[in-house]
Amino acid sequence: MSTSPSTRRITLALAATAAAVTLTACGGDSGSEDATAAGGDVDCSAFEQYGDLSGKSVSVYTSIVAPEDQSHIDSYAPFEECTGADIVYEGSREFEAQLLVRLQSGSAPDVAFVPQPGLIRTIAEDHPDVIQAVGEDAAANVDEYYDPSWKEYGTVDGTFYGTPLGANAKSFVWYSPAMFEEAGYEVPKTWDELMELSDTIAGTGAKPWCAGIESGDATGWPATDWLEDTMLRTAGPEAYDQWVNHEIPFDDPQVVEALDAAGAILKDDKMVNGGLGDVRSIATTAFGDAGLPILDGSCWMHRQASFYQANWPEGTNVAEDGDVFAFYLPGQSEDEKPILGGGEFTVAFADRPEVQAFQAYLTSPEWSNAKAQATEFGWISANSGLDPENLKSPIDKLAYEQLTDENAVFRFDGSDLMPAAVGAGSFWNGMTDWISLGEDSETVLADIEKSWPSE
Amino acid sequence: MDLLLNADTTAEKLLVMCVAILLFVGVTAAVLWLVDRPSLPRWVPLVGFLGPAVALLVFGLLYPAARTVLGSFQARDRQTWVGLDNYRTILTEDGFQTVLLNTALWVLLVPTVATAVGLVYAVLVDRTRFEKLAKTLIFLPMAISLVGASIIWKFVYEFKPDQPGVRQTGLLNQLLVWLGAPPQQFLLDPPWNTFFLIAVMIWIQTGFAMTVLSAAIKAIPDDIMEAARLDGAGAWRMFASVTVPSIRPAIVVVITTIAMGTLKVFDIVRTMTGGNFGTSIVANEFYTQSFPLGQPGIGAALAVALFVLVVPIVLYNIRQMKLSEEQR
Repeated sequence: MSTSPSTRRITLALAATAAAVTLTACGGDSGSEDATAAGGDVDCSAFEQYGDLSGKSVSVYTSIVAPEDQSHIDSYAPFEECTGADIVYEGSREFEAQLLVRLQSGSAPDVAFVPQPGLIRTIAEDHPDVIQAVGEDAAANVDEYYDPSWKEYGTVDGTFYGTPLGANAKSFVWYSPAMFEEAGYEVPKTWDELMELSDTIAGTGAKPWCAGIESGDATGWPATDWLEDTMLRTAGPEAYDQWVNHEIPFDDPQVVEALDAAGAILKDDKMVNGGLGDVRSIATTAFGDAGLPILDGSCWMHRQASFYQANWPEGTNVAEDGDVFAFYLPGQSEDEKPILGGGEFTVAFADRPEVQAFQAYLTSPEWSNAKAQATEFGWISANSGLDPENLKSPIDKLAYEQLTDENAVFRFDGSDLMPAAVGAGSFWNGMTDWISLGEDSETVLADIEKSWPSE
Repeated sequence: MDLLLNADTTAEKLLVMCVAILLFVGVTAAVLWLVDRPSLPRWVPLVGFLGPAVALLVFGLLYPAARTVLGSFQARDRQTWVGLDNYRTILTEDGFQTVLLNTALWVLLVPTVATAVGLVYAVLVDRTRFEKLAKTLIFLPMAISLVGASIIWKFVYEFKPDQPGVRQTGLLNQLLVWLGAPPQQFLLDPPWNTFFLIAVMIWIQTGFAMTVLSAAIKAIPDDIMEAARLDGAGAWRMFASVTVPSIRPAIVVVITTIAMGTLKVFDIVRTMTGGNFGTSIVANEFYTQSFPLGQPGIGAALAVALFVLVVPIVLYNIRQMKLSEEQR
């Protein structure tokens, strides 16, 4: 087992080369740049309660990635400036899966922005030692500035874990005000008027609606919003709550009726799919492109949340008298105003003072207003201390009006409340099959019911 | 030291990575240098040279494999033992049966078609003037990643309705429209959509099959071919009775290698349909169940099932490799 000297020299040379290569690779340094404050002078009086946090840092993990992340990073500037803390922001498209992996492997972030209450429940059940209950200051803010229902969404078995962050309103129908005016159509005020209008447009040979549910591995989610919206209108908020909490089966007759109401539009070749094909093209149309036929006049209406405004091409004027705008998806009568919405929640995995302070800051009116000022469009929160004047986009103003409307009945997106196996799995797949394979409502709902995890 | 254990920024993480690589190189060099001295007992160099590789295999392969097997007998909390429940689920439920059936289709079709086409192609272009160019053309797809190929083919299959003012963007549908047929939703109709996905894998693997088989054909001794020709064998007879039997071990190696790759295929299905429309296969379902759906038990059971399916193919592959080497 002896080697010649030359072999040994080669071995050493190899080792040296590898070391040199590694050192060169280490020469590069991607310096971290500090986000500059959006506003110049910040009034620090509201921040004195958090104390001096110089030299402390809080890591944030979220699904919000570029370009939407910059306004978030900017909105932390006042907090960083006044307390001296450093917020380290990390966005990932694989957030939902990766967060669980990180919790499993013991490398939890200090704070995560979780878009689904159902995921908060999963984490609270699977990782009770890691997840932290909300601190006193943040809880006091939530009690003061938010509707009590928001606190419930972030609560699991009586413990309050997730504080509300952003919000969105989903009961919107996008349309072209100019096209409506030219044709002499009125914005419908009741569900029946909406269906009449659809029939009228279909009678002229045009396709009134366009829709698309393709969204990579989340394909199907826009159709779940459709069912939730019709469920709120045909069965009412109480039945909706029972359905979401699985107190009635997923395929209860009321749900079948609601799905058929959605099917009256989505599964009728006369109604869809404006400029995109037949019913089944809904399954292969990317959700971001689905409303675009409105711009070229081959589609009249597109039901999608307030955040859809980010998908209109550069230069599209989103306003009541602009290229596109949205009207409220009407209820059965004008007095009933159910609103479907969603949002993100801040969940902490560390109880250090700076983490608690940051979570409290995110529930304060100061943050909501700083975030609104840093955002071009497409963001609102349900914080009653948010000044609507700070919202730059008319659709955001409208969404905020709806969320804070005394007469409106707000309900959270059902698929986000359900266990992930349903809300991010069989529900999506079921709705996709409902469209793409033409399966009937009962079959699809019964399949989803079967997949509900046994407690 | 604190920086090494709690790296925050990208730069720090890169630094930690570099330190780790340097450590590895340093330790390995030191070990090799130590065990390489003469006058040591036999086992020292043995342990020295095999040690790092064995350690890496244990931590990187055996330990996770054992964890996965154990996990497949547990519920989603990774604590409660549920016996064979997860296996019962993946073998009996409708959705999973489609997954298994699709996987069987993939494993049957991709290796056979890719090998057959590659073999015929290799024979046809053998010793022709344009052999190099023809081989390059069919070998090119091998250089494209599976995700890249999936995106290319997604565009090929793209559907747009046939109505005024709408232009087809998908190549296949444009051809159909030119021929006067209505455009089709290629990726929407089970079971046909699975075949359209399989086509992508065949497109990628044919080049590999052709390259290996072409080399094997060139290794057939000239005197055998000469003798067959003197005996009056025609082209077909040559192919069926001389060429194919001579390169049989190589054909088997190619088929089994492609079959192993096909069993593990994940990127194509994930990129093109996300497993929707009844196209899911075991590897994709394993990922979906384990991570997005939070069902690690079912995911682990699927991973074990995949492993059980691959093992016989691997063993057969190794045996044939040995045989083909003995023949040379």
